[in-house]
Amino acid sequence: MNYRGKSWKYGDNIDTDKIIPARYLNTSDPAELAKHCLEDEDVTFAGKVGKGDILIAGENFGSGSSREHAPIAIKECGVSVVIAKSFARIFFRNAINIALPVIEDETIVNDAETGDVIEIDFDRGFAKNITKNKEYKIHPLPDMMKKIMEMGGLMEYAKEFINL
Amino acid sequence: MGMTMSEKILAAHAGRDFVEPGEIIDVNVDFCLGNDVTAPISIQNIRKLGAKKVWDVERIALIPDHFTPNKDIKSAEQVKILRDFAKEYGIKYFFEMGRVGVEHVLLPEEGLTLPGDIIIGADSHTCTYGAFGAFSTGVGSTDLAFTMLTGKTWFKVPEQMKFIYKGKLNKWVSSKDLILYTIGQIGVDGALYRSMEFTGDTLKSLTIDSRATMANMAIEAGAKNGIFAVDDVTLDYVKPRAKRAFKAYDSDPDAKYVEVHEYDVSKLEPQVSFPHLPENTKNVSDAANVKIDQVFVGACTNGKYEDIEITANLIKGKKVHPDVRLIVIPATQSIWLKAMKNGLAEIIVNAGGVFSTPTCGPCLGGHMGILAKGERAVATSNRNFVGRMGDPGSEVYLASPAVATASAVLGRIAHPDEIK
Repeated sequence: MNYRGKSWKYGDNIDTDKIIPARYLNTSDPAELAKHCLEDEDVTFAGKVGKGDILIAGENFGSGSSREHAPIAIKECGVSVVIAKSFARIFFRNAINIALPVIEDETIVNDAETGDVIEIDFDRGFAKNITKNKEYKIHPLPDMMKKIMEMGGLMEYAKEFINL
Repeated sequence: MGMTMSEKILAAHAGRDFVEPGEIIDVNVDFCLGNDVTAPISIQNIRKLGAKKVWDVERIALIPDHFTPNKDIKSAEQVKILRDFAKEYGIKYFFEMGRVGVEHVLLPEEGLTLPGDIIIGADSHTCTYGAFGAFSTGVGSTDLAFTMLTGKTWFKVPEQMKFIYKGKLNKWVSSKDLILYTIGQIGVDGALYRSMEFTGDTLKSLTIDSRATMANMAIEAGAKNGIFAVDDVTLDYVKPRAKRAFKAYDSDPDAKYVEVHEYDVSKLEPQVSFPHLPENTKNVSDAANVKIDQVFVGACTNGKYEDIEITANLIKGKKVHPDVRLIVIPATQSIWLKAMKNGLAEIIVNAGGVFSTPTCGPCLGGHMGILAKGERAVATSNRNFVGRMGDPGSEVYLASPAVATASAVLGRIAHPDEIK
C-alpha cells in the first residue's frame, strides 16, 4: 500500500472529544461525522482537508472515549494515514479495525510541518517527507494487525471465523 | 516467575499457564456491552455481515444510557437500533427506559460483572469493573461486534504497574481525590497501554463504590485496565447478586511490575483537576477564586448512593449559590429510589438543585446541562476535555462530590470545610 498526501499537523493529547464532539454522536453516519472532524481543535479542518491528506499529531493521539466515530470521521473526511508520536490504545485499535493506517513515529512528526508532502510505502516500510527531503524507516505492525489491515478491517477478517 | 492478577486472568482465558507483557493472545470473553452511542455501529456491522445469531444472548448487554431519555429524533433512532436488534436476536440484557441506568454502575448492581471475568465494552470507562477484580477494558464498536459474534477477542498483554496507597485519609478526602492525585502525578499517558493495580492499606477500608470510582478513571491515565484485589468488601457486594459462577485471582508476591508508585496519602487534600486535562490536578486550597456557573454530581464516576448522600448531607439547610445551577443525577433507578425514600432528593431540591432521572447526559455534553461559551462547571465526572460539557469555550473542573457541593453553595471552587 502506498500513500502520498499533504500533511496537517496538530499537537499533543488530541482527544476524541476534539476529533468528534459528543454533540454529533446521535448519529453514526460517516458522511455526517466527517463534516465535524477535528472541529473542537480546528473548526476549519473538515473544510480544507483533501482526499489522501495525511494527519500528523503529537503524543497520545485519540485519547479519551472509545468512540469509533473518531477514526470513522477522520477516514471519511479524506485522511489516508495518521502519523503520531504515540496513540491512545483504543483509538489505535479502532483505526486498525476500520483499516485506517496509523504510524507511530516521533521523528517523522518532529520534522513535519503543515503543508509538507509525505509519501508512505507500507510494503517496503519507508516514509518520505518530499518537502524536507528526508527518509524514514517505519516499523511494521504485528502480523495479526497487519492481516486485519490488509483484509480491509476486522469485520472482513472475522468472516473466516464466523459461521453465518 | 510470578504473575499479577491481571496476567493470571488473561492466561486463564487464553488456556495458558503463563503469559508475559508484549505477547499477543486470543482470549475468551465472559461479558460484553455497548451503549446507544457505540452499539449501533456494532449492530450495523453484524447485520452487514449477515450473521443471524450472536455468541451468547446472556453475555451481552445493550445499555441506552448516553442520550436517554431520548433527547432528539436521531437519539431515539439510535436506541431503536438497539431495541430492534435485542428483540430480533434475543439479547437478554437490553435495558429499557425505566430499568436502565449509567452502564458502569448498573451492570455491577445487576451482578453481571464479576471477579476473574474478562469484560470488554464499547465504552472507555469499561475499566470500572476492575474494582470487582475483573480484567475489564474499553474497545471500539467493531471489536465489540467481533466479540458479540465469537465470544472472543485479542489482547496484547499489558505491562503491569502497581500503586500503593498508605495512610489514613483526612475528612473530605475520597477515592476520587486519590485517583485525581494519581493522574496528576503520572500524567494522562502515564499508564498508556498498561495495567494499573491499586493496592495498599488505605484502599482496604474503601467501599466497593469508592473503589469503582478509582478503577473508572484508569483510562484517564491511558491504562488498558485498572484492578483491585478481591477481598471481603468485594465478596459482600458480589455474592448476593452474582448471575454467574466466578473465580477470584490474586497477584503473586514475586509478580513483575515495570513501575511501582507508593503514595503516603495521610496529608492529602481534596483535589481539583483544572481544564482541559485530568492531569492538571491541584489542591483545592490552591484553587481559590475560581467562580463557577454549574455543578454536576453524577456520572459513572460519582453517581452512586454514597455520592448523593455526601451532597445531601453537606447542603442540608443551605442554598445553592444564586449564580449556580446544581444538577444531581443518580446513576441508576435503585439509587434514585433509595435517595428519594431517604429524603436526599428533598434536601437537594429544597436547596435549589435539580434531581434527575439516571443518564450519562451532561458528563459528555449530551443533554441535561450543557454549558454556554465562557461558562465554568465543577463536575464529579471523569473528563474535562475541551468542549466536554458543551461549548468549546466552556470549562470543566473535576472534583469529588464534597468539593462539588461546597462549590455549589459558595459559587466558587471551595473546600467542604468552608461550609461546615
